[in-house]
Amino acid sequence: MNGAELIAIALLLPLVGAVGIAVASRIGDNTREATTLLTAGALAVTVWSLLPELMQGGRPSLLVAEVVPGIDLAFRVEPLGMLFAALASSLWIVNSIYSIGYMRGNKESHQTRFYIFFAIALAAAIGVAFADNLFTLFLFYEVLTLSTYPLVAHKGDAKTVRSARVYLGVLLTTSIGLFLPAIIWTYVAAGTGTFTPGGVLEGKIAGPAIGLLLGLFVFGVGKAAVMPVHRWLPAAMVAPTPVSALLHAVAVVKAGVFTITKIIVYIFGIDFLFAEPSSGWLIYAAAFTIIVASIVALQQQNLKRLLAYSTVAQLSYVVMAAAILKPLAEVGAAVHMVAHAFGKITLFFAAGAIYTAAKKTELHQLRGIARRMPWTMAAFTIGALSMIGVPPTGGFVSKWYILAGAFQADNYVAIAAIIVSTALNAAYFLPIIYMAWFLEEDVPPAKEHGEAPFAAVLALMITAALTLLFFFFNGPVLELEAQLVQAR
Amino acid sequence: MTSLAHHLPALQVIVPMLSAPLVMLLQPRGLARAAATAASLLAFAIAIAMTIGVLDGNTYTYRMGSWPAPYGIELGVDRFSALLLLIVTGASSFALLAGHRSVDADIDESRQPLFYAAWLLALAGLSGIPVAADAFNIFVFMEISSLASYVIIAGGSDRRALPAVFKYLIMGTIGATFYLIGIGLIYLMTGTLNLADMELRIHEVADQAPILVAAGFITVGLALKAALFPLHVWLPNSYTYAPNTVTVFLAACSTKVSLYLLLRFDFFVFQGNLVGHDIQFAYFLMPLAVLAILIASGVALFEQNVKRLLAYSSIAQVGYILLGASFVTVAGLTASTVHLFNHALAKGALFLAVSCLATQCVGLRLPGLRGLAKQMPWTSAALVVAGFSLIGIPGTAGFISKWYLITAALEHGPLGIALVVVLVASSLMAVAYIWRIVESLYFGEPGGDVSAVREAPLLMLVVTWVAVLANLYFGLAPELPVTLASSAAETLLEHLP
Repeated sequence: MNGAELIAIALLLPLVGAVGIAVASRIGDNTREATTLLTAGALAVTVWSLLPELMQGGRPSLLVAEVVPGIDLAFRVEPLGMLFAALASSLWIVNSIYSIGYMRGNKESHQTRFYIFFAIALAAAIGVAFADNLFTLFLFYEVLTLSTYPLVAHKGDAKTVRSARVYLGVLLTTSIGLFLPAIIWTYVAAGTGTFTPGGVLEGKIAGPAIGLLLGLFVFGVGKAAVMPVHRWLPAAMVAPTPVSALLHAVAVVKAGVFTITKIIVYIFGIDFLFAEPSSGWLIYAAAFTIIVASIVALQQQNLKRLLAYSTVAQLSYVVMAAAILKPLAEVGAAVHMVAHAFGKITLFFAAGAIYTAAKKTELHQLRGIARRMPWTMAAFTIGALSMIGVPPTGGFVSKWYILAGAFQADNYVAIAAIIVSTALNAAYFLPIIYMAWFLEEDVPPAKEHGEAPFAAVLALMITAALTLLFFFFNGPVLELEAQLVQAR
Repeated sequence: MTSLAHHLPALQVIVPMLSAPLVMLLQPRGLARAAATAASLLAFAIAIAMTIGVLDGNTYTYRMGSWPAPYGIELGVDRFSALLLLIVTGASSFALLAGHRSVDADIDESRQPLFYAAWLLALAGLSGIPVAADAFNIFVFMEISSLASYVIIAGGSDRRALPAVFKYLIMGTIGATFYLIGIGLIYLMTGTLNLADMELRIHEVADQAPILVAAGFITVGLALKAALFPLHVWLPNSYTYAPNTVTVFLAACSTKVSLYLLLRFDFFVFQGNLVGHDIQFAYFLMPLAVLAILIASGVALFEQNVKRLLAYSSIAQVGYILLGASFVTVAGLTASTVHLFNHALAKGALFLAVSCLATQCVGLRLPGLRGLAKQMPWTSAALVVAGFSLIGIPGTAGFISKWYLITAALEHGPLGIALVVVLVASSLMAVAYIWRIVESLYFGEPGGDVSAVREAPLLMLVVTWVAVLANLYFGLAPELPVTLASSAAETLLEHLP
């Protein structure tokens, strides 16, 4: 099979899977779950089969249609998109295993609807990853927003619907209000929105307009959650935990930072942007988000909300790394997407496992819980260490590259932000670990419990293992992403 | 051209017009509907045939009784009018195909033949306007369509339609009279009614004052018929209390035809001849368009009745169309003409979905819709997707309009950026008011017992979904409306000095 066919299959597979899930649900729950797993597996295989061609410098592409002259519905696989697609599709398998344990363990309603929209969201994420131009990317970006809305509003009670409205409101407002005008501006100014190595805007716009356009993009891509457009992410925590884990730690939020990185690298071009003083504000905005979100996280009492604010901070690491505009930092941005994905999905899995087994959601309830759930808390610890950036976890690798890029650019704001936030990360994660392992339970639980269902524990062990393994085996990712800045 | 193809412009009007008296005579159950639907489908087929013709580069001109223009009656179809004919006949056909159950619910069986006859007359009038090439016949068709529309709007069982239609009648008549006064003035100065002839002869008029007055009367008269803010007051109640099928038909095309005429008249006759008219045109329409967009969207945000909510959204959309036209550029006019088509698609699909809802829900107020999505999944999903098109989510037809409109606005420097802000703000308001419907349907707790609620009849659903899928199709492959619209825009601008 050639590249174009593989791209088409990767886009259609989750949609076919969604239909399959609907049909299979008539037969029985096990068949439905098998369909999800099968689809996820097939999707991952398809996405990974694109890798060899890419490694040899090929760029598989697929032109579906010319929507209006100059604006195509087209796809092209390049290193950054490959990384994002591989990440989302592979973690979907693990997440599906986890979902089975979680959704059944908590006896959630509307499970068929849940799996269907999950599959559609994955199709949208693949579309975002492989989009060849801003128009195509925007199309799938919006599909991703809309298809995740039913997942966030899953519970359907008044509080959930209110939060889901914040979710949809912020994401749609920013995308239609800022992102779309920025895209149209780009098409009008440059005559194209195709992602081109080296950028397309050089010589097309100049002066403060560049900084303004960058601002429209950064705040228009609300999924990247750069403050002040981060409110949707804590709001999305009302969703079932598998949604928070895969979508609001990996697919949706990574779609945001991925989009920003891709725009910086392929629309502006890093050299062009580096030479332009009016783009310098982005580092400060990202650094501000990192510090403030970490401080807010420090004050949270609810575990999932804490993780959400931690995600806000970690996303801005990627944005800041991209904004340093030096090759090493761009690689760091890509690597951090992977490292954070492994770590944060583990943390969410653990939070969900705790909720499933013990119905506990608040931090102060976690005293001594590691005695009852050692595997879960071991995984949680690994994830937390990765967030802080302690070796041997994946978080260390990305921080290394981001710091190296910052030194390359002599950017002391970025360096300071990383150091301060590392301290803050330690300040809010270490007490949890300490409480869980070394303190005694103050009140015995209402019901005796051990670990969460096996499927859930298996999933979080896998992602915890990935977090560790990424420290040792990150070569292929680095090799691939080096192409990102070399291929000019 | 074959001999039959030659007669198509005349047949476009004659088929529905002559079917009307026949339909009136068909008393047995169902026959009138079948005949009316067949006539409407035939008219749709004629429109499609002519669209294919104009895409091949033909232009249709037809002289009634072979009398040469400007003495005889001339009919003509170019790409701009073909686009309108598609909208009008398509809307009528979709509405009739889906309307079976809804018409039965709203109208006595004994009165149905009369209703369908009036419908066909409205169709004949609305398709006559794009076809006619002289100002007076346009007026005649306008009156036919208006009178027939009053009848079908008031034809339902809802007595609140009567005061609504009375308001419409008064305002519609004022509009038509203004138009007629304008035509009279031009005739006085030039001695011709043929549009092409008029354009040439106005050059020779020494005193421009009466022409300017005529332009004023015609623009205001047509703006009234097109429901341009603040002349829109007749529209919300007419749409709300009309039978649901009638709302589908008229909401998709009636204001569009007036907008078409407004553009055509202004560009063909006045733009080339009145000094500085393009600036007058722009400065008159642009502020009104902006107000229409903002105020009508704002009102829609707080409306409780679904039909009236969508009616206010239509007033805002008229603003979009005129905003594009007020740029007086190829890009602007293309945007505005594309939106004629795309808005007809989106609003037609939405009102079709609403008429599906109406089979199960009395009153169509938002609280009454709570939790119906579970019982009516297909209807609700259709409403959501058509709503996306209205908002302008990418992948739907509405997005194409927005894209063109914003591109056109950005050509105008700082003013353009301000207008983009307006467009974006109104899109966000559209998100909000569409979302109120969606939330009621999907996440509201049912107020009463909804176990008796069933999905709408299959035929209605199929037609609705064809319309919804058309929104997606023309969102991803918008070649047809864009080609027609851009050559319409070029034709209009050719008449500029």
